[in-house]
This record gives sequence, C-alpha cells and structure tokens, in this order.
Amino acid sequence: MTNPILVVEQLSVTFNHRQTVVDDISFAIYPGETFALVGESGSGKSITALSVLGLLPTNARLKADVIKLQDDDLLKRSEFELCKIRGRRIGFIFQDPMSSLNPVMTIGSQIEEVLKIHFNLPKAVAKQRVLELLSQVELPEPLQRIKAYPHQLSGGQRQRVMIAIALAGKPDLLIADEPTTSLDVTIQAQILDLLKTIQQQTGMALWLISHDLALVSSIADRVAVMQQGKIVETGVTSEFFNQPKHPYTRKLLDALPTMQSCLNHCIEEKPPLLQVSDFYCYYPIRKGIFKRVVDVVRAVDGVSFEIQQGKTLALVGESGCGKTTLGKSLLNLIPGSGKVVINGVELNGLTGEALRQQRANIQIVFQDPFSSMNPRMLVGDIIAEGIRALHPELNSEQRKASVKQLLQQVDLPEDSALRYPHEFSGGQRQRICIARALAVEPKLIVCDEPTSALDVSVQAQIIQLLKTLQQEKGVSYLFITHDLAVVAEIADDVAVMYQGKIIEQGSVAEVLTQPKHAYTKKLLAAVPVLKMDN
Amino acid sequence: MIILWTDGLIYLLITVMLALGWHLRGKEHIKRPLQKIAGSKIAIVSLVVLLFFVLIGLLDSVHFKPKNDKKNEIISMLDDWATPLREHGEKTYSAPFAFTLYSKEMIMQTDGSMQWDYPRLEFGGSHLENPETQRIFDILQKTAYGLAQGLGLMGLLLLVPTLRRGNAVRVAPAVLLALFIIVPLTSILIHLSAYYHVFGTDKVGEDVFYQAVKSIRTGLVIGTLTTLIMLPMAIIFGILAGFFQGWVDDVIQYIYTTLNSIPGVLLIAASILMVQVYMANHEAAFTSVIVRSDMRLLFLCLILGVTSWTGLCRLLRAETLKLREMEYVQAATALGVKQGAILLRHILPNVMHIVLISVVLDFSSLVLAEAVLSYINIGVDPTSYSWGNMINGARLEMAREPIVWWSLTAAFVFMFTLVLAANLFADVVQQAFDPRRSGND
Repeated sequence: MTNPILVVEQLSVTFNHRQTVVDDISFAIYPGETFALVGESGSGKSITALSVLGLLPTNARLKADVIKLQDDDLLKRSEFELCKIRGRRIGFIFQDPMSSLNPVMTIGSQIEEVLKIHFNLPKAVAKQRVLELLSQVELPEPLQRIKAYPHQLSGGQRQRVMIAIALAGKPDLLIADEPTTSLDVTIQAQILDLLKTIQQQTGMALWLISHDLALVSSIADRVAVMQQGKIVETGVTSEFFNQPKHPYTRKLLDALPTMQSCLNHCIEEKPPLLQVSDFYCYYPIRKGIFKRVVDVVRAVDGVSFEIQQGKTLALVGESGCGKTTLGKSLLNLIPGSGKVVINGVELNGLTGEALRQQRANIQIVFQDPFSSMNPRMLVGDIIAEGIRALHPELNSEQRKASVKQLLQQVDLPEDSALRYPHEFSGGQRQRICIARALAVEPKLIVCDEPTSALDVSVQAQIIQLLKTLQQEKGVSYLFITHDLAVVAEIADDVAVMYQGKIIEQGSVAEVLTQPKHAYTKKLLAAVPVLKMDN
Repeated sequence: MIILWTDGLIYLLITVMLALGWHLRGKEHIKRPLQKIAGSKIAIVSLVVLLFFVLIGLLDSVHFKPKNDKKNEIISMLDDWATPLREHGEKTYSAPFAFTLYSKEMIMQTDGSMQWDYPRLEFGGSHLENPETQRIFDILQKTAYGLAQGLGLMGLLLLVPTLRRGNAVRVAPAVLLALFIIVPLTSILIHLSAYYHVFGTDKVGEDVFYQAVKSIRTGLVIGTLTTLIMLPMAIIFGILAGFFQGWVDDVIQYIYTTLNSIPGVLLIAASILMVQVYMANHEAAFTSVIVRSDMRLLFLCLILGVTSWTGLCRLLRAETLKLREMEYVQAATALGVKQGAILLRHILPNVMHIVLISVVLDFSSLVLAEAVLSYINIGVDPTSYSWGNMINGARLEMAREPIVWWSLTAAFVFMFTLVLAANLFADVVQQAFDPRRSGND
C-alpha cells in the first residue's frame, strides 16, 4: 500500500476542560480513496475535521500524537503556514451552501479569491481557470454565471460553486462535511456523482463526513463509525455493511428504514375521514403604488385527495413543491380555497368561534422540534394548552391527570411535566409535540417532516411511536416528507407532489414499486440505497 | 400626614408589586428563577444596595407638616431625621470636612481690626478649639466610633436568630457582606455629618451630602414612574402592531412615527409651561413650594413617558413579527387557543427580555435626561433636589478657580452606585428568567 495522505493518531478534543467531544481516535486516509466518517449528530465528526485544519473554536483544547499531511506535521505548523495549506492542499466543503457563500460577492470573484491567495496568476489566466472550474463542476452556462450572486442560484448550484471553490487550490485531500444534507434527493444524487467523477479525474482523496449510511454505502471505499467521540468500527465498505461487528453499527443499520417494508401494509378499505377537492393556495404578487396584483405564486394548484380513517397518507415531494403549504392551509394557518371536509364537517368558510371548535379535529406536528415549543413554558403547560383552550370545563386536577396519561403514551417520564423544552433531546421534544397534538383527541394529525431533523435511530423510534398510536387510537396521519424510505415504512397511501400539483397517487406498494409518472421514477432512482449482498 | 401626587403613585406601585408577589408565590416556574437569583452573589449585593436606596426614597416619600413649626413647611420623614443637616447651612462654598469657607473674606477680629482670611464655618468643625491640629484626630475618632456602632448593630442582628434558636432564618452570606459594608458606612456618615459637611457645601451654603441623599427620591421617581407610564403603551402597542398587522399596524406605526418626528424637548417644554400656567391660575391649591415642585416632577414623568415609548414599541413590534411566525404560535392557533391567550402566553413572555433590558437602560438614561432638561430649565423644579440640578450647578463651579469639585462628585457617586446596582441586578434577573440559560452554569 502507498503512504497515507493524512494520518491522525490519538486525537482528543476537549471543550471547556471537561466536555470531551473527540476521544482518542486514530485513522488514516490514502491517496485516491473515499473515506467516510459516519455518526449521529453530536458524535464529534465535524469537530474531528475542524481539528485537522486547526479551525477549532477558542474554548476547545486539542491533544494529539500525530496529525500528518503527507510528511508535513500539521501540529508543528504555525497559523500562518496553516493558511497556506487550507484551501491549497486541503479543500473543504461545508454543509449549508446558503451560509457558506458571501451574499454580496459574485461567485466568480469568490472562486478567484482562492486562486489569488494560493497562486500568483495574471488576471486573464485566473479568469480562464475560474471558467474551467465552473465547467468542471458542471454548472450550466458558466460564462454568464461568473457574474451571478449566490441568491440567483439554486441550492444544488450553490453547492457546485462551493465544490469549485474547494477544487480551486487543486487539493490532495477534499473534506466534505455533510455536502448533501440540505439538498433534495435528486440533487443529492447529482452532487455525489459529480464528486465521484472529479475524484476520478484528479485522483485526490475524499474525506466524506455524513450521518447517512445509505449514501455512504454507495460512494465510500472505507467507512469509520463514530459514537460519542470514539471510532467504534472501521472497515472496507463491502465488509462493513455485510458483516458489521460492533453492536452500535448493527443498531444503526437496523434502524434504517427499508423500501421493502412497503409491501406488507394492509390494503383493507375504510370510510374516508378527510376529503379535499380542488384545493388552491395562491400568494399574490403585488407591485406599484396601488399594490395591484400582477401575478400569483401557485403554491398549491388544484389538489384533490382523501384520507381514510386510521390510515396514513404520505405526501412526497422536493422542497418548494408546496407540500408544507398544503398541510398548513388544511389547518387554516395559511389561507387557501377549495373544499375541505373532515368527518362530515366542511371546514372552509368557517371563521371565529365555529372554526375554533373544529380545530380539535386536525392537529399538526412540525419539523423542527426546537422552534415548535415555547421555550418559556413548562412541558406540562405546553401539553395542557389545547385542553385548556378547547375543554375549559376541566379543572386543573383533571388537566394534570390527562397530561400524565399523555406523557405515558409517548413514553416520557412523568416528571417531564415540570421541566422546560430545552432540557430534552430532539427525539424527546418530538414526543412532546406529538403529546401536545394528541391532547385534544384529533382525528387527523398533519406530520410535517417530523423525523427529518432527527438521527436515524431516533427517527425509527418516532415512526414506531406514531404507528403504535395509530393502532391504539385510530388516528389518521397526513405524513409530509421528502424521504421515500420513511414513506415505505409508515404510509398506506402515497401522493407525489410536484410544483403545486399532485401528479401521482395510489397505495404505497403501487407507487413505490410500479411508478407511472416520470418524476416519481426519477425520485425513486435518486434514493441512495444501502448496498448489501443479502 | 400629607400625601403628594408622586407619593400616592409610589404607594400604589408598591401595593401593586406586593400584590403581584403574593399572587405569584409558590408558582413553580417563578420559584426556580428566584432561587437562581438568590444564588448569585452579584444579584444579592446589588439588590441590597438597591433596597437601601429605595428605603431612603420611601422615607423621603412620607410627608407631613411638623407641629409647632413656624415656617409652615411640609417636610418628609427623612427631613425630620436629618433636621440638623437641613438647617446647618453655611454662608457659601466650603470643601468637604473643612472648618473654614472656601474663599477669603474680611473678618472683624475681636479687637475691632479687619483681616483678610478664611472665616471659620458656623457649624462644620465648630466644636473644635484648635482645628488645624485636632481635626484629623477628631475625624478618625468619629469614624471609629461610627464604625464600632455599625458593627455592634450588625452583631446584634446576627445574634437575634442565634438567640431564638431552632427556627433561625438562614441569611445568604452575600446579604451579610453587603450589610457589613452598608450599615457601618451609613453609621460613620451619620456620625461625621453631625459635626462636618462630609461632601462640603454649595453656593448658598447648603450641605451637599443632604442634597445628594434627597436627590435619591427624585431619581427613583423619574426612573420608575416614567417607566410605569411608558411600559404599558410600548408593550400593548408594539405587540398589537406586530401580531395583528394590517390596519392596526398602520395606525400604530402612524402614531409613533408622528410622535417621533416632533422634537421631544418641544413637547416637554410645552407641557411644563402648561403646568406652570395652571399652577399660577390655581394658586390656592398650590400654596407650598414642595407641592408645586412635586406637581412639576409628576408632569415631567408623564411627558417623558409619553415621548419615550416609541423606541421600545418599535423593538417589540419587530420581535413580535418574528415570533408570530414561530411554529409554537402556529401550533397554539391549531389547538384553538384564543388570540388573547396567545399574546399573553406565547408572545409576551418571549419579548420580556427586551423589555427588561431596555427598562434598565432607560432608567439610567432617564436619570441623565433629567440633568440635561434641567440645563435648559425645563427639568425638575429648580428648588427641588435632584442629581440633575446638582450637575447643572456644577457646570459653573467647574470653571471656578480654585475648582469646586464636590457637588459633581457627590452626584456622580450616588448616581453611579444606583445605576450600576440596577444594571447588575437586571443582568442576573434576565439570565435567571431565561430557561435556556439555566442549564449552563
């Protein structure tokens, strides 16, 4: 074997002298290979990458025996010398392309900046190089795009620009920290393809940091799993996924939702609970002094579907397709027009007190478990809020009793009622949100990407909880998501949404195994699938 | 007993605060932050200092007409206790702890000849036979005496719970520390001020220490009453504008833009003038100087409150605009919570940190604003005591040769202590009431 390009031995990082985030880890990356560091959030994978670059925050203390880039000991380099290594010999791609680009600089000048720092190129040559880079990352129309600002590009295009910036220094090692997490599935696949192609062209090493095992299995040569700051298992990809040795790795793999599970759903017909027909949700675009409506944004454009009692309809689509708008306007949080009938009661047209009384029928669980609860209220009060509003006849003792019962149902300890939301982890918070929705005994819960902010193992638990609650209470779900694997796990029916319209709907087995519409096929093809022999 | 307008409002404020405390007692989500405040040394020390100031302010807010007094003056409890200080006026400037005036004068000697020299003060150090040699020793002696008395008082305080044994009240060490500084210091000052002018005297020979102590009430009144007037307007308008948007927002924005574009000084001058005209027309109701200056102080608070709510209102509107899109507000709407309840339970508590910070910052700037307004003669009445008036007077004194520095210094020391204590306390309160921060330390 050749000499490794990066060697890290016995690296530890401690925050504020007590919180050990990275705990005595060692690994090596060889030229031309793709090395993946996998772990759940908070396991210390990003901090490991930052400590190699010497970019740790000031309250962190680094301890390591060796950090070597080829034969260069990075531990002995001064800050000034490290500046010449970063961006030149090590490239870095961050997770969020929105905040990693400077919004007031054109993308051309942002790429040129790297060239200016590391190579002494004449202006014309530099511009030529920028063009080369942009076509290397397959950005369409590179000549026009050179003068574009980041906000004029889509998320995927921005990530391509980020890659171009990282490649500008012709690095030997490219670190990609969750490069596709904030992108849609189809774009995600494109970006991964691009990274692979570029790697083959240039022969650089790629260090991929990710939480997504399926994605890793399709691209990486070697995989290391991190848990609570330690590397628990390292191995060549094929061996790793077929014979996982460590129990934590097995747990991670088991928690992955699989597409196969869609086949064993019952297909028994039930009476419809919610009927939506011809539903529209337009945002007017106003211009001029008199705020004339010149055009409308068709967020939801004539949608019809129904949900059966005690069943789950999954609403699938990429970001910006209007699925969240549809979910929220069903609850009258966003104005929409069209016929919505739940349980025989027509909802649209209702206002004031009449609408308030009908609120109990539909509830919502949001995506972000951090902003969906008032940080200044006790969990008990948060859960009891709906009961207080819709059942004012109950006294505080009865309310306390039902809060206690609800906490039990979502598997949270009883004393949670007297704690604040920030004391809980993401998964626990999502449980609280579910309890809050359940408190008013709804017939339908709109779940707006309830699992996408959570780690895989926690995600599986939440889905299991939702399923159990459905069996116990017969509640229906409108499950909004972009993740087709989760859909297979939980849904009975699927509706695929594209640019405000539902383009395909049917039972989950039908849509996922025999998709009819071209877009659905593309969506399914883009989903990273775990590569396993069995 | 006579209740002036501001006195009444202060009593009302205290009653409301006590009632609020009684209402919130034993509530779990209030108890925890309070315990956290009690655990912070800085908070406790600054609270003790603040309470000491408030105590003096309260003593100064109990007014009455003394019996068998020929001057027919209304005085406060504090004035009554500080009668010697109040009445021991000199002729003009004298330095702190001086026994002579600050400038030379022609003095008639016992033999009838005239001499150009520093005359002895009427009261300051007048008990000394030979001041040049005795003074330092005398000051030290009085200090030691005051210190001993203060420490003795503290000792007695410590002894009380020990004697009662069993259900002794536990006092935080920080409280004791603060008291161990404040009580002996007060005792020393009381002892010294009986014989000397601790902070000197001003132009008309009045004791500067007495002026500074009397100014505490004015400062507190301007700080608290103005805030009290401003807060409801800022909070109600700001939250309503941000939450309901539409025409409500338009109307409220229109009001505060208009109000903001009128120079505040103009409004203040106009309203002070109005009060003066009113008082001149109704002379029977405003017979005493103190009643007149109180009325003027009240109006100053009112008009300062009316002109200063717009800034906070704007901040709150912006914050509410952000909060109303938060998912917990949407969840509450989906749960059928009424809009009023959403405002009270979700919006208001989450903007309180802004309110608290700006109230404390405003408190200090209001005390300073009072000084600026006194400068152009539309502040508090020139006859009433205030740090602003003291600083205003010091303007000319600073230009004198030799310089008269003690008025400014006294006002500065008192104002600084009060504002610093208020700031430190508010810092801790704000942190304690933010549940997200409670886990970090």
